[in-house]
Parts: sequence; structure tokens; C-alpha cells
Amino acid sequence: MRLEMEDGDELTEQETALYDRQIRVWGADAQRRLSKAHVLVAGMKGTIAEFCKNVVLAGIGSLTLVDDREVTEESLNANFLIAPDEGGFVGRSVAEVCCDSLKHFNPMVRVSVEKGEISTFDENFYSKFDFIVVTGVSLKEKRLINEKCRKLSKRVAFYSVECRDSCGEIFADLQNHTYAKKKLDETIDCQILYPSYEEAIAVPWRTLPKRTAKLYFAMRVIEKFEELDERGPGGISLSDLPEVLKLRNQLCQMQSVNESLVPDSLLERLIAGSLEFPPVCAILGGILGQEVIKAISGKGEPLKNFFLFDAMDGKGIIENISNHDADS
Amino acid sequence: MASTQQLAAVKGAKVLMVGAGGIGCELLKTLALSGFQDIHIIDLDTIEVSNLNRQFLFRKSHVGLSKAKVARDAVLEFRPHISITPYHANVKDPKFNVDFFKEFNVVLNGLDNLDARRHVNRLCLAADVPLIESGTTGFLGQVTVHVKGKTECYECQPKPAPKTYPVCTITSTPSKFVHCIVWAKELLFAKLFGDKNQDNDLNVRSADGASSSSSEDAVDVFERRNDEDIEQYGRRIYDHVFGYNIEKALSNEETWKNRTRPKPIYSKDILPDIRENGNSDKVVSDDPSSVSAMSSLGFKNPQDVWSLADNSKIFIEALKLFFLKREKEIGGLSFDKDDQLAVEFVTAAANIRASSFGIPVHSLFEAKGIAGNIIHAVATTNAIIAGLIVIEAIKVLQNDVAKYRMTYCLEHPSRKTLLMPVEPFEPNQSCYVCSNTPLTLEVNTSVTKLRDFVDKIVRAKLGMNLPLIMHGASLLYEFGDDLDEDMVANYEANLEKVLSELPSGITGGTTITVEDLQQELSCNINIKQREDFDEKEPDGMVLIGWTQAPPTEKENNGSAENGESNLTITEEVEVVAEEVVLDKKSSSVDDAAGVDPAAKKRKLSELSNLPISSSANEEKVILDDDDGDDVVVIHGGDIDTGKKKKLF
Repeated sequence: MRLEMEDGDELTEQETALYDRQIRVWGADAQRRLSKAHVLVAGMKGTIAEFCKNVVLAGIGSLTLVDDREVTEESLNANFLIAPDEGGFVGRSVAEVCCDSLKHFNPMVRVSVEKGEISTFDENFYSKFDFIVVTGVSLKEKRLINEKCRKLSKRVAFYSVECRDSCGEIFADLQNHTYAKKKLDETIDCQILYPSYEEAIAVPWRTLPKRTAKLYFAMRVIEKFEELDERGPGGISLSDLPEVLKLRNQLCQMQSVNESLVPDSLLERLIAGSLEFPPVCAILGGILGQEVIKAISGKGEPLKNFFLFDAMDGKGIIENISNHDADS
Repeated sequence: MASTQQLAAVKGAKVLMVGAGGIGCELLKTLALSGFQDIHIIDLDTIEVSNLNRQFLFRKSHVGLSKAKVARDAVLEFRPHISITPYHANVKDPKFNVDFFKEFNVVLNGLDNLDARRHVNRLCLAADVPLIESGTTGFLGQVTVHVKGKTECYECQPKPAPKTYPVCTITSTPSKFVHCIVWAKELLFAKLFGDKNQDNDLNVRSADGASSSSSEDAVDVFERRNDEDIEQYGRRIYDHVFGYNIEKALSNEETWKNRTRPKPIYSKDILPDIRENGNSDKVVSDDPSSVSAMSSLGFKNPQDVWSLADNSKIFIEALKLFFLKREKEIGGLSFDKDDQLAVEFVTAAANIRASSFGIPVHSLFEAKGIAGNIIHAVATTNAIIAGLIVIEAIKVLQNDVAKYRMTYCLEHPSRKTLLMPVEPFEPNQSCYVCSNTPLTLEVNTSVTKLRDFVDKIVRAKLGMNLPLIMHGASLLYEFGDDLDEDMVANYEANLEKVLSELPSGITGGTTITVEDLQQELSCNINIKQREDFDEKEPDGMVLIGWTQAPPTEKENNGSAENGESNLTITEEVEVVAEEVVLDKKSSSVDDAAGVDPAAKKRKLSELSNLPISSSANEEKVILDDDDGDDVVVIHGGDIDTGKKKKLF
């Protein structure tokens, strides 16, 4: 993910003063690259709100928000970008309200809204961005959006993030990413190849390492359930548990793995908790923000390709779900 | 996770946050979103521009205002019906006493200095209120839980020793850039612009062992003579410190036997043309804060590394500008990282000295970071840590002891783990703070004064603010506002006496008690008479049983030549997350992380009966750090500290 840099692009005095503390972390060069990066997000929920805050503060070039939904009581959950305001939201979408708040965090970043459904936008539109981050989209849409990113001649990175109750998952597809790694005194160039979402979730479960986080499998079961049952994401509830358990059994059988790989209790938690838990939003939004910043700067090894967090055990784990022959 | 039980615990909780900065903003936001309804927040700071990259509750228009108050207002915008009580005050203020702390169900720290952390730790122990500690530096972070009697307190685990530099390293034999910064900041800047009555070690020892000038001469040299042309003055100072002093130092052959000889530098060689520089006469604005040597000379980029000639120009120009535009302040200035001209001067001076000694020079940006102890920080790490703090807080409110975790946010994953939870350890039986274990002090009671004991041991090492010293029933010293004159006079007199001559003499074999009533900390110290101390123990006192982390570097940098005293310049290094993750001797982590399982301490859930002993690692070691990246704080206090570690 290399962004084109023009020579002589100095940081302004304003930028140097504002970004002083973070320039000391990632350097002036990375800061310049950030200012040229364009990010598109879809689904303005708690975790994405956190992510948006993080990248706006970091000083990206532009952030475009997609979410036509009306503001409701539920929108306020875990989202600090929306202030409760009786009657003030009539005619305004979640994206529009969030946009207004985000602008204040850093006047140097261009924050705007795009109306419509992200999966319907065409290639031209997608190619305006360097990063596309989605949440709350169905399996089908995820695949579709990811494929659109991959078809473009320009490399557009794709991330999806889901927070269900106190669990969360991030998926990253940077396609073919080169980055600089510091080893002792020297810096070496490395390359990673990423599988698409479709390719990743198609990896047979039995080929994955024994201690792979159970949350990964649980998320796949639920995702599949929502697809088969044609539910919107988040349309699931506790009453669906018996059917979900059945599906889990089927999938485990098909994958030739033991059902214990996807514990009942975990599935129950994920289904019962339809709302995002704010501390987990902060954690996921933080990790995601860091990853995008890292990818923009081209320094440091980005995570490949799933990050999973469960507040119950407190572990934040990176799982590499890819076919071994596809690995670089 | 959001069971009705939990929701009830959260809703009814009264939470105290200490710190409304990087972690504080993220934490306040997440607490509010998570359903907390009664939050109190203490912070003594006001908002600065450099905060705005991560303290997202603040706007440019808020610069100068109280962090605690603005944070509160910002959060009420999206959660208008909760109660947030801000205190624009120092948490060490006596009004925040044990009774105050007792009101809360949990205390959450978002501080940036060790001193305040220790203070809050003690108050939480005294009030028996759980404390959740945290810290971040760059991409690293950690959250730890401290519950009296159940887990370690914040001070059970050794915190890294304050880094110290021998005076001779600073004045005569610098080997790293940071030594040059310390010299430029604490000696030269202080000498030229600071309090003239302060002792200053700027003079170099000549070969005969005597100081190169008497204190009277020293004042003469650095003082600008009446009507002395400012350019002349600047060059004279330049030549004295970079030329003459170096030549003097070179005359002592012994010093340079195994070291690279420095080169004396004279202004006529580097800047042959007088008046070659700037537009200082044409500076239009009289606003002292906009005065800048860089602007005047046309240097634009603080990231540039300047040549010796350029550094010299800046040196002279900065000095000129102080005298021309800020004369009134001279004699009372102390270094402030936000004082552009001061930073320019110190950078230039440090760079010229570095050039002289063959040490690599640095840009203003880098020099400022070192001189100003700037902690590098980003929003994302703070957000992650805030989330982890709230998760722990909820466990604590429900008394879910088995679930308490210390969580480490790593920069690079270890065995695919980026967020690593570890069970807390049980209290350290030898911790003088929470386990009331007596300490031992080795001291020469006929030589050491009470004053030194108070300053170097009670305040510096034991971290007491308002100390009280008793020997049996005899009150030898106390510090406070409401003492009457006679007592104050009595205490002053006591401070000047050597320990054995105090009204109830302190000699070997006695036990004294030191207390801080605000912190409700009481410490017994057994006195052991000892005649001799070597150069590694420059205080002439050794405190045993006070847990101190072994220094990370073993190298001992050149002990004193000519038997001079070692330490007047000290620095406090605050390591946030690294110390525990990397310090394998005192921590043990989940199997998944694969770290050395030979832990000395017991986790809460373990059953072994290993006794825990603290290492009596007491020497004041002179550290010589190889990577040269460490951040330096001089004279401790409330200055931000941080260990800078470059990611890239």
C-alpha cells in the first residue's frame, strides 16, 4: 500500500505543532502520507465511530461516511458522536450527524457524507479511496465489496469489523502489501499477501491450528445463519439459539471438526447481545485505527488477517486464516 | 456481559478518575457510554495545542482552560443526564484525603508521573478502595488492578531506578547526546538566564584539582559587562564554554587516556564574519513568545539537522534575542519546553558541545523531546487502554476477584497475542507500603544531617509529601502549614544537626518512624551505623528493603576522577508498560505467551508456598544507556517522564 508522495511536501507549521506527539511515534514522513490518505467507512455504529475519531485525529486526508439510516434511540448506543437531541434529527441520517461531530476533532481533515448503499457504488467511486472499512454488513455484501476492491487496478484495502456484545472481530485484506520492518539497525522491505474474505472463510476448519480462537468459528456460524435465514445483520435474537446450535452442528460435521470448537455458551452470548459494548468498541476501534495508520505509513508489520477479542477472557488475538500455499 | 447485575453495579457506582489527559479523555467517554452515572475527575493541567492530537474532548478554542472542566462539558453533550464533578486541582492537595477517597467504589488513574501514582496508591490503600492503574507510551500500554489485601499494591513491584548522571560526565566527559542536553539545559541555560544565586557546576576542574575559577570569577565570566556589545558578549560566552573550558579540560591528561579528546571550538573559526546573522533588529513583534532565532535567521524546519556553523549562528542569535527582547526575564528563567527560544538555545548549545566531543548532533525536534521529556503519544493506544480499564472496573465493582486481570497492550504480537491478560499477583510481603515491613538504613549517624535524610530518603525514595519523623515519643521533624513558629524553628534547627546529635540521638540500633498522615503511610526504619560509603553511594546512606528495580544496563560510566562527588543531577525515568512485560524476573504470563515461567511471586490462583523476598539492590547505579534514546527529566518533580522507544 504505497501512496504517491510528491517531493517537497513539507508539513505545515500548524501540522507540526498539532501532530508533535504522534510524529514522535511514527515520524514526519508517515504523517505526510497520512495527510494523503482517503478512507471510506460504512455503518456508523460505536466501533466505527471510535475508528473514525482515531483516524481523524491522526490527520488523514479525507474521511467519507456512509449510513443513510435515521437516527434512533439505538443509534445513541456506544456512539459518542451523536448527542441526544429531541426532534433535532428529523431529516438527518446517522452519517450526517456523525459527520458534523467529526469535523470538529480535526479541522485539517475533510469529513463528508455519501448517500446510498455502499455495495451499489461503482468502481470509479471505490477507486477514490485507499481504505474501505465496513461494519454491520451481511456476508454477501462483505464479499461483494471486498471483490470490488480487489478488481480495481489501484490497490484499495478492505477491512470489516463486527462487535457483538463484548466480543469483536476485525478482518483485514491489504491484498499485496509492502512495508518496512526494522530489524536491529537496519530496515528491510517485506511483503505480505492477503487472501480475500471469501478465500479466508473458505479455509477448511480442520486445517487451522488447534488453538485457533473459538470466537472465529462462532462468528462464522452466526454469519452463515444470518445469510441462510436472510436476516439483516443484528436481526438475530435469543429465540434463534436452537436453530443456530443446529447449524453449528451441521457446519462442524461438514468441516469434520468437533462441536466443542464452537461452545454453546459463546454462541448464546453473541446472539443475546445485539448491542455493542462500549469498552469493546474502544478496543476494536483503537486496534483498527492503528492498523490503518500502520498500513498508510508503510512501516511496521500489519496484522494478517483476523483480530479477535473477547472481554470474557481479555485476550486480543491475531489469527492468520489463509491457505498455506497462498502465503508469501 | 451486560447482565442486570452488572448494569446495577455500574449505575450505582461512584468513580474517581485521576487525570483528564490522554487516557482520561478516552476513559471518561467510555465510562459515560457504558452507563456510569457518577464520575469525579481530578486534573491540575490546562489544555495545550500538543494535547489536541489525542485528547479529543478538547478544541483549539479551549487552549488554556482546565482539562477536567472542559472534559466534563464535552461528555455531558452526549450524555447530558449523568453527573460529572471536575476538580481543577492537584491530587496531592490535602483536601483529597482518605475520607475523600473512601467515598468512591473504585479509583481509576490516568496519570503521567510516578510521584502522583505512588501518592494515589497510598491513599487507596488507606481508604481500602480498589485502584486501577494504567499507562501508555506510543503503541505500548497496560492496565493493572490493585485491591488491598488481595493483590499487589502499585508499589509492590519495583519501579525502575531513577537514572542518574555523574556531574563529571556532564561537565567534563559527555559521551552521549543526552549528556550535552543536560549540560546545555541545567548548566549553561541556568547560568546565563536563571537564578544567579544558584550553585552551578559549569566550571571545569583543571589539572591541579582546584576549580578553574573561584565562584567570584565564575560570575564575572558569564555576566555581561556594562554596555558590552551583545554580539561580542555572545561570542565571548561561546568561546569560553566551547573553547577555553575544553582546553582546560584537555590539560588533565588522565581524563583522556581512554577517551576521545574533545576539540575546542572558537567562534572566529566557525563564524568568521561578525554580524553575519539575522534580522534581530528588525523583529517587528514585541510579543516575547514569538521571538525566535530560527525565524530571524530563516531556518524553517525543526526536523533539519543543522551544521556546526548553523548551530553556532542559532546559539549567538538566540542569546542576542534573549537580551534584546526578553531582558526582564533574565535572572529568573527556567527551561520550558514550550519556550521556543529556550529550546533553540539549548539545542544549539548541546549540538555545539556534541560536535566538540564527536557525538552525533540532533534536530531541534529531537532535542526538544529529550530536553522537555516529551512523551510520544497517540490516540489509539489510549482508547484501547480506556476500554480495558472499564472492563476491569466493572469486574471490580462486582467483586469478581477471580476475573481480575492485568492487561498488556503490546507493540508487536507475542505468540499471536496483542492484548495479553495476566492474573494479578498477591501482595508482596516485603512491600513497605502495603505490608508494613520495616526498612533498614545504613548511615553514618555522626556525619549525616537530618536534612539529607529527609530530602534524599523520606521525600525522594519513600515518596512522602508531608513527612513526620519520630524517634520513640520524640517528634524530630514535621512538615505542614499549621505549625507554630517555635516548632518550625525547632525543626529547622534539627535539620542542621547530624543524626547522633539530635535531641533524642539517632544512632546504630535505634528504630525511627517516618509517616505521612495524608497518605496514611507509616514506615519503621532500623538504623545501622556504617562508617564508610563508596562512590557508588554518594548519598552516604543506603536504604535496604526498599524494592528498587535493577537497572536495565550494567555498564558503569566512569566513576569520579579526583574523588569529586557524583550526583547532583538526577533524572526520573518512567517506564510504562515495558518494565513489566520485559522484566521477566518478576512477572509471569499465560502459557500462551511463552514467557519464562520461573516467577518469584504467586498468582492469586496458585497454591505454592514460595516466600517472597525483595532484592536488596540498593546501590545508586550510574547508568550508561547505549541507545541514546532515553528521555531525560532533571530534578524530578512533576515533570512528565517517559521512556522513549522508537518504533521505526
